[in-house]
Amino acid sequence: MTLLSATAAAPTTRSFSTVRLFLLVAAAAVVLAAPLAIYPLFLVKILCFILFASALNIVLGFAGLLSFGHAAFFGGAAYITAHAAKVWGLPFELAVLAGVGFATVLGLVFGALAIRRHGIYFAMVTLALAQMVYFLAVQLPFTGGEDGIQSVPHGTLLGIVDLGKSTSMYYVVLGFTAFGLFVIWRAIRSPFGHILAAIRENEQRARSLGLNVERYKLIAFTLSAALSGLAGSLKAIAFQLASLADVTWHMSGEVILMTLLGGMGTLIGPAVGATFVVSMEHYLSTSGLPITFIIGTVFVICVMLFRRGIYGEIRARLLATRQPSDLGD
Amino acid sequence: MTEIFGVPFAVLLGQLLLGLINGSFYALLSLGLAIIFGMLNVINFAHGAFYMLGGFAALVAFNTLGIGYWPSLIVAPLAVGLIGVVVEKLLLRHLYKMDHLYSLLLTFGVALMLEGLFRHLFGSAGKPYPLPEALSGGINLGFMFLPAYRAWVIVASLGVCLVTWYAIERTRLGAYLRAATENPSLVQAFGINVPVMLTLTYAFCVGLAGFAGALAAPLYQVSPGMGSNLIIIVFAVVVIGGMGSIIGAVVTGLSLGLIEGLTKVFVPSASAIAVFLVMVAVLLLRPSGLFGRER
Repeated sequence: MTLLSATAAAPTTRSFSTVRLFLLVAAAAVVLAAPLAIYPLFLVKILCFILFASALNIVLGFAGLLSFGHAAFFGGAAYITAHAAKVWGLPFELAVLAGVGFATVLGLVFGALAIRRHGIYFAMVTLALAQMVYFLAVQLPFTGGEDGIQSVPHGTLLGIVDLGKSTSMYYVVLGFTAFGLFVIWRAIRSPFGHILAAIRENEQRARSLGLNVERYKLIAFTLSAALSGLAGSLKAIAFQLASLADVTWHMSGEVILMTLLGGMGTLIGPAVGATFVVSMEHYLSTSGLPITFIIGTVFVICVMLFRRGIYGEIRARLLATRQPSDLGD
Repeated sequence: MTEIFGVPFAVLLGQLLLGLINGSFYALLSLGLAIIFGMLNVINFAHGAFYMLGGFAALVAFNTLGIGYWPSLIVAPLAVGLIGVVVEKLLLRHLYKMDHLYSLLLTFGVALMLEGLFRHLFGSAGKPYPLPEALSGGINLGFMFLPAYRAWVIVASLGVCLVTWYAIERTRLGAYLRAATENPSLVQAFGINVPVMLTLTYAFCVGLAGFAGALAAPLYQVSPGMGSNLIIIVFAVVVIGGMGSIIGAVVTGLSLGLIEGLTKVFVPSASAIAVFLVMVAVLLLRPSGLFGRER
């Protein structure tokens, strides 16, 4: 453990610190002012997917587990939150909590099953389990079948802030997303994050060091599921809709694309990828071009030409010019 | 009429027959997946899309070129196989040395491209394909009526599975293939062109998927989504059976079809998730799969 953290604490971070601080402040200013220039609900959608892709990145990028079933947590939580808010009449906070709780339990169960297999089989197991959730969503009466759960009430934050206004919705979702990203950042930089990296790089060796590999994988998977659920719950409230589209395997694939395209295993990458993909879909949706075909093409190009993703490539180039030996996390 | 657990015998047999048909498609597809995985170390997510392509190849051949059912059983697999050659040579080949996950993601992208393209060209709705005349009738077995086309589907797909098994386990070419799975560089050193062999293996297996698609065309309607729904079930089948053996893939495929058919009779609401429930049970009791050894 101590060895791992010693190599991972890159000396380059300190020399960047003023630049980083400046970039951070600039980014915060842009994010806070964004709804002045851009339609807030569109930004909310981007935020939800930033959170979703970053959550997937915990398992895909940092633990090296390809989950092909994350739509189950996103869409499942969306259904639970929508039902809780609309039918049970729970306030916003409790409805979101219900969705996140559901996703967490589901993540624990699916994770415990899926980590019994490795690599490709892991991907297939998660895909199959998520498909089971999809079929349940088709059949169970409360999900509303093809229509989904519509006109979910917005509610208020703590009974004060009216979430019907899209600008206030934006800032609330922004707060949740920032919280989620902070949790991920904190987890990845902790000893836990270094253990995940060790498991990703060499599972046998991590095991031989006495680490309980299964337990760490399961914690990572559950955390990832919980945050995916948070993204789904927020999406359900903000767009007043939970539908079958949220639980399809297309959704699982799309969020993988976001993470891959932005840069797996980096903190900023999934945010870049999510922004890119959501914007692309937004502009394509009116063009009449076949979106699925274009998404597939982007997938293929990404896998063939730049596997490190947009942000991953940029970071690798920057690091390479400064210090050729240091390409670690 | 005899009844079993309150279900008429004929109904039970009818559902078992449907299950057997689904099972033969699972078998054909998981067989191809297993061989591709064994040889190329690739999980071919695009397998369902190639199945769909087979259906559309038969449909287009029939509607625009006037090619009938029987020739299209050969034309469709060939056309799909050719596309397989392109995919392998242009894309897949460059990823063999990478983590397996990249080839899975690549074939997923290919599947999306094909599905999206066909949705754009033909729309999402299913298109009917007429039954071939020779098989439009049926056979009265006394206790039930057996539509001839369904019987043919089972016979044809099992026949193809058997021939494939024979070719791989009992012929010289198959021996080369199996040897190349174990140690490609040694086989190459003996003067066998392994890269070409890999291309042909991929083409052959996606051709099998295309054959399954053409076979399915008169039975189900041809639609862009027909493959993606099937492939996920086939993945579950593969997880259950493990990809160690060809016979294992075929047996698992057929038996899961039958289990699905039985669920449809006794617990209709659970029939869509029956295969996944079996998968969960197998994961709990025998994590490496029924016939599998983990690689």
